[in-house]
Amino acid sequence: MFGFDDKLQILADAAKYDVSCSSSGSKRKNNGGIGDSSASGICHTYTEDGRCVSLLKILMTNFCIYDCSFCVSRRSNDVQRAAFSVKEVVELTMNFYRRNYIEGLFLSSGIFKSADYTMERLMLVVKKLRTEERFNGYIHLKAIPGASESLLKEAGLYVDRMSVNLEIPTEAGLKLVAPEKDHQSVREPLTIIKNEIQNVQQDRKTNKKIPLFVPAGQSTQMVIGATPESDFQIMEAANTFYKDYNLKRVYYSGYIPINATDSNLPQIGTAPPLVRENRLYQTDWLLRFYGFSLHEILNSKHQDLDLEIDPKLAWALRNPQFFPIDINTANYNWIIRIPGIGRQSAKKIIQARKYGKLKEHQVQKIGIAYNRAKYFMLCQDTLITAGFHYPEKIRKSILEHNPQSQIKGPNSQLTLF
Amino acid sequence: MDYIFDGSYLGYLCCVFEAFERKEFDSIPKTGKAAEITLFSEKRMISTDTKKANRILTGMEKIIGKQETIFFYHNFLSDNQIEWLNGFRLIVELFRKKQLDIHNYGYPPILRLHQSIKKINRERHRMKAFIRFVKSNDYLYTAVVEPDFNVIPLVVQFFKNRFADQCWLIYDLRRNYGFHYDGNTVVEVSPNESDEIRDPYQLEVDLDPQEKAYQHLWKTYFKSTTIESRKNVKLHLRHVPKRYWKYLVEKI
Ligand code: SF4
Repeated sequence: MFGFDDKLQILADAAKYDVSCSSSGSKRKNNGGIGDSSASGICHTYTEDGRCVSLLKILMTNFCIYDCSFCVSRRSNDVQRAAFSVKEVVELTMNFYRRNYIEGLFLSSGIFKSADYTMERLMLVVKKLRTEERFNGYIHLKAIPGASESLLKEAGLYVDRMSVNLEIPTEAGLKLVAPEKDHQSVREPLTIIKNEIQNVQQDRKTNKKIPLFVPAGQSTQMVIGATPESDFQIMEAANTFYKDYNLKRVYYSGYIPINATDSNLPQIGTAPPLVRENRLYQTDWLLRFYGFSLHEILNSKHQDLDLEIDPKLAWALRNPQFFPIDINTANYNWIIRIPGIGRQSAKKIIQARKYGKLKEHQVQKIGIAYNRAKYFMLCQDTLITAGFHYPEKIRKSILEHNPQSQIKGPNSQLTLF
Repeated sequence: MDYIFDGSYLGYLCCVFEAFERKEFDSIPKTGKAAEITLFSEKRMISTDTKKANRILTGMEKIIGKQETIFFYHNFLSDNQIEWLNGFRLIVELFRKKQLDIHNYGYPPILRLHQSIKKINRERHRMKAFIRFVKSNDYLYTAVVEPDFNVIPLVVQFFKNRFADQCWLIYDLRRNYGFHYDGNTVVEVSPNESDEIRDPYQLEVDLDPQEKAYQHLWKTYFKSTTIESRKNVKLHLRHVPKRYWKYLVEKI
């Protein structure tokens, strides 16, 4: 028996390797229909591996004419194949949404017959959801490289976010595992959508009636650890794509071995590089929200991230000349560079110090990681000891006393800072 | 001196009013239930008077602003005697000094207030996420919950915006009241006004014929998305604490 339940199982299972799941950043309002996507993201549940479930993430089909060796859906892989009809995806989405299981839909697909044939079906799903079901929840669509401009543009009218996966950070790496593919075919759809986003934004300034177009922007994903790129190469690729295509997010997905025949890839049984993946996200975060530039964290001298400590701490230990920072006088941009102090606590510190100089016990309570921060900051009552400790000594005592910044074992997922 | 009020926010604010009228600034706001336990302290019954409560509210808004006045409402929803007392003392201080530095995180009672509000906000966010509707054959979507804090009033508007075209009922089993939306307006409901409200997962007869199928599909989906080689139960539990499982389809 091959029922709907099996189909869902196969097509959800195949989609789970796509890491993007956020549902924030859109501004679609409910106008009498159902749903909105104006709220910031909501995770409705978490999988047993600890990842957030916010969208119904499925493939339209796992049939594929390509044979990318890092992918479960590749044509040479011996797996069960299934395909949803347009109607089935629409009904599933609506019924899950109405029960408050999900924030919306993340729809992706293997390439069936041709790029346009596949893209058209994806487009029909999102069109039906918006126009017939009056659905205003979040929709993230994976664009199919090689699909025609008119189809991409039509789909863009109905979705909140579009993404095209870069898959492997460098062209050379990609050639190794997917000779039929290239980065150029990813750049094309990204360019079409980017230009249309800009046109629509421009036009909407004068005419509010022009419909939204991909309001939550574009994103991409790279599989890391499948091919031998350094962290510096990965982050350089990310940096370039952020700049060239105005991306909202780049996702880094630690490769999970699923291919027993391709000897270019890590073998089945190898643990996915979870800590490395987390360090890459932390770096991405530092670049986007903490005012760091890439060469401060990674450069030709430091090609790979330190797996034992987070990248902000690693940067601080390499740059003792900037420390300690006086939290009673430094500006926000410097306070957030102190290891163990995040953006929220930095804001609180700045608010609180208006009422008087802050002492150590007060700062501790504000919610910082004091055991890390103490080496790098001055409070009003900090005893000035004989200057800055040796970085190596600090590193050692942080690792000893603060299990937070240590590796927790190969199978744990770390959180951001 | 214990001030016994009816458990409503307005009643709580009337305690402040009373404290100023009688210059009893050390009094402790409590509800009837809590007061029974402390047999030996002196008690004064505080009746709820909307006018008095509103005078307190406008007074607070004048001094610290509208946005900040809402902090005290959120703190009140903690349902916790100690947080109530902390908020009460801060309001008293606010009026006596004619000012209150609401963002002075270096001052312990203020820090405590913010920590309490943070907990409320977390629970409010969780309710937006973890509420699961069960559809019955009369097109009503029912959700039953038992939040740690009294946060359902804080999510009603959210669900009203989101599920504008379906009728729903969100019910707090612990506090025995809820909100019903009929496609137009939201009204507060308590068990003596409508029938007894039961856990909708236990219902068999009144369910929409497809309800069980969709619950099952959701469970299937939930299982299929886990990546075995990344399993991390500790992290999972931190995100979805066990006390919520009872009402989560995928965890039943
Ligand atoms: S084209 Fe996409 S779905 Fe097909 S094998 Fe390559 S990565 Fe997988």
